[in-house]
Amino acid sequence: MSEATATAGATAPKAVEGSLNFIDDRLGSTTFFKRNMKKVFPDHWSFMLGEIALYSFIILLLTGTFLTLWFKPSMNEVIYNGSYTHLKGVKMSEAYASTLKISFDVRGGLLMRQIHHWAALLFMASILAHMLRVFFTGAYRKPRELNYLIGINMFILGMLEGLFGYSLPDDLLSGTGLRITQGVLEAIPLVGTYGYMFLFGGEFPGQDIVPRLYMLHILLIPGLLLGLVTAHMMIMWVQKHTAMPVKNQTEQQVYGYPFYPVFMAKTGAYFLFTFGVIALLGAFAQINPIWLFGPYDPGAISAGSQPDWYMGVLEGALRIMPNWEVSAWGHTVSFNVLIPALVPLGIVFGGAMAWPFIEQWVTGDKRHHHVNTRPRNAPIRTATGIAAVTFYGLLWLAGANDVLADKFDLSLYATTWFFRVTFFVGPFLAFVITKRICLGLQRKDAGIIGHGVESGVILMSPEGEFSERHEPAREEQKAVLLSKENTRPEPPQRDANGIPAAKGPLGHLRSRLNRAWTFDDVPVEEHEHGGHAEIEGGKQSHEIKH
Amino acid sequence: MRRITAWRRRPWAGYAVVLAALAAIGVIYAGFSPQTGRAEAESTAQAAQDLKNGQQLFNKNCASCHGLNAEGTKDAKGKPIAPSLLGVGAASVDFQVSTGRMPAMSPGAQFPRKTPIPAFNTEIKTDYEEPAKRKAAEQQKAQAEKNLADLRAYISSLGGGPGVPPASATDPSKGDVALGGKLFRTNCAQCHNFTGQGGALTGGKYAPPLSKSDVTPTQMYEAMLTGPQAMPVFNDTTLTPQDKQAIISYLVQTREQPNPGGNGLGRIGPVSEGLVGWLVGLGLLVMAAMWITAKKPKKLKKS
Repeated sequence: MSEATATAGATAPKAVEGSLNFIDDRLGSTTFFKRNMKKVFPDHWSFMLGEIALYSFIILLLTGTFLTLWFKPSMNEVIYNGSYTHLKGVKMSEAYASTLKISFDVRGGLLMRQIHHWAALLFMASILAHMLRVFFTGAYRKPRELNYLIGINMFILGMLEGLFGYSLPDDLLSGTGLRITQGVLEAIPLVGTYGYMFLFGGEFPGQDIVPRLYMLHILLIPGLLLGLVTAHMMIMWVQKHTAMPVKNQTEQQVYGYPFYPVFMAKTGAYFLFTFGVIALLGAFAQINPIWLFGPYDPGAISAGSQPDWYMGVLEGALRIMPNWEVSAWGHTVSFNVLIPALVPLGIVFGGAMAWPFIEQWVTGDKRHHHVNTRPRNAPIRTATGIAAVTFYGLLWLAGANDVLADKFDLSLYATTWFFRVTFFVGPFLAFVITKRICLGLQRKDAGIIGHGVESGVILMSPEGEFSERHEPAREEQKAVLLSKENTRPEPPQRDANGIPAAKGPLGHLRSRLNRAWTFDDVPVEEHEHGGHAEIEGGKQSHEIKH
Repeated sequence: MRRITAWRRRPWAGYAVVLAALAAIGVIYAGFSPQTGRAEAESTAQAAQDLKNGQQLFNKNCASCHGLNAEGTKDAKGKPIAPSLLGVGAASVDFQVSTGRMPAMSPGAQFPRKTPIPAFNTEIKTDYEEPAKRKAAEQQKAQAEKNLADLRAYISSLGGGPGVPPASATDPSKGDVALGGKLFRTNCAQCHNFTGQGGALTGGKYAPPLSKSDVTPTQMYEAMLTGPQAMPVFNDTTLTPQDKQAIISYLVQTREQPNPGGNGLGRIGPVSEGLVGWLVGLGLLVMAAMWITAKKPKKLKKS
């Protein structure tokens, strides 16, 4: 523990103390800063994933502001006469024409557009990666459920923000996306037509949609996101970051580096890395070449029309959905649009939001957790997560089924049926396989703690018998392996007097789920005596039976 | 003179003068034109020989499926194996054979583009250093061109049909690119993709990519005119020759246009962008995160 307190106790040099005094004289904040500058941050590469999202959000705000200087959110028809000769004399909306202007006539405009778009892709990708890290390490557990919910809501807002953003240039690809948006709105029973007319201000596409999406894209949703980001960061700061189970880390004390100077330098450098990678992509990889797509025309469509990746799940669900429609009393309910729009993401997001509370209810674990779990030590959670990843991933791939069919010489219909079947089978298989792998890894951990590590040294006994010497694991490794919390026995079904506990149907369900959660747990613990202890001592070797 | 004056006023006099003039022109033309009779006879003989060559090529390469008289064949159940070629025209023959789709290798959902068989391969390499090799290659190429022309002539002789477009009609530098883009997006992009990268169709069929330079303007024109395989026919009333030239100009100029934003990522839109975003973007950043966290400060000053 002494090391932890030493690192936590590092303080700022004179130069910083001086400026802190300046602020303190005016704001009276010395104690606040003194306390927070020393705040300890645990160290692990996966803790940086969320920071990619934060930094690409900042880049999005900056480049987005640049783009608003030239973009005209207007559906007025103009005849193009800019410097892109392939579209000269073509009728298009002012929105499309001004995007062409940004791309070809504004200095640095194309680079800014590309950085903005790449930053958007990375923003969403890093949120998803960050969320997976949080899920698989159990970092969402009490007391962090609220921050976890805020994160999921930011991802949903990000999806809307992206959809509205890439719809603004009014090119053929994004117009196709808006057409699907209109279809989904219209498919909502009873209020669908009203909702569609309300959003579009008339028949599709109309004059109003681009100005409205523009307002939502540059004002409302970024404002909400900024608020949620702030809340997310403040809650994280107050609750402290979770830590990986390493030596010296306990539930009571964080082991890591102080915010100032170590973590600040690292995170500052990481901002530069994020900006560098996005700028490299923006400079060398062409994204959303709207001049190739052409202006939107409701009568035209292209092969391989896909949305940006974070909407790909919806696209995939729509593509593999059978054409189910019910007409009754003069009303049509379009299940072929309604189900793909609501059900898959409803399962993924609804399930993700409910999971922390379901897990608490099943395991009865209401304690605070600050140390993460290794994914193998919570097999049901990990398997469920991988099943969800499989579910999402299959729909994601299905969204690109025509590109897959074209590039890999497959039959388009075969891909559709493949995804229709694996949509149901895939997550189930993933669950079973992942759980087996987790249990296998638990057994391996138990083996290392019980028998030690294979040393690679082969010994021959006087009788001519060969055996491998096992050595005890290093302290660091032991700390990681022994971080596993072995399952606690379930409270007895009958109390001391033999009277069964009073349970309703929900209580019985809870017991069954609890048993499913724990029954095949492999205990990882040190044996104090018995044959293994001798080998752990490393003094002599015996034949080891596995 | 009185007699002539009197004849001049007869009703038939005008016809007589026209007839006399025609006869005179005929006689003079016959005197001036060089050896018409013999030349015609010679070219007819040559044409007959070419047709014979065309027929021989047909019998050797095509007749096994299309039938000895190009009438098409059917299997035992009456399902067509190969269509009749009566009336398909020279354009169709030129397209199918010059893209290597015919003679076909094996039946499938769709016949793929491949290198034409040697007898019809007009794209062979001729720029050899050695004169002998170069001459042989040039000769082979000329023969292939002649073979293709003879085969075209033979099939047209069976029943007419659209001919090969002249070079002036397919020149990609002459068409209206903006119009071509518009027409392409309305008529072609739904299968061939915005920039002609191709796309998947039903039942294992596909729209081939038009973005590679081996798809010649003539082949594009012929494809529109004849509608090979899964492609619909765009005849001259649907897309006028000017429209076709505009589409060709759009395709050729677009595929030759560099990507101003860097690497085009295959020009297929968000699928490849997403892939690059995840693999390259997130991949690099994860590596950076690993590197940064691997850096441990040596010593921290104690407070």
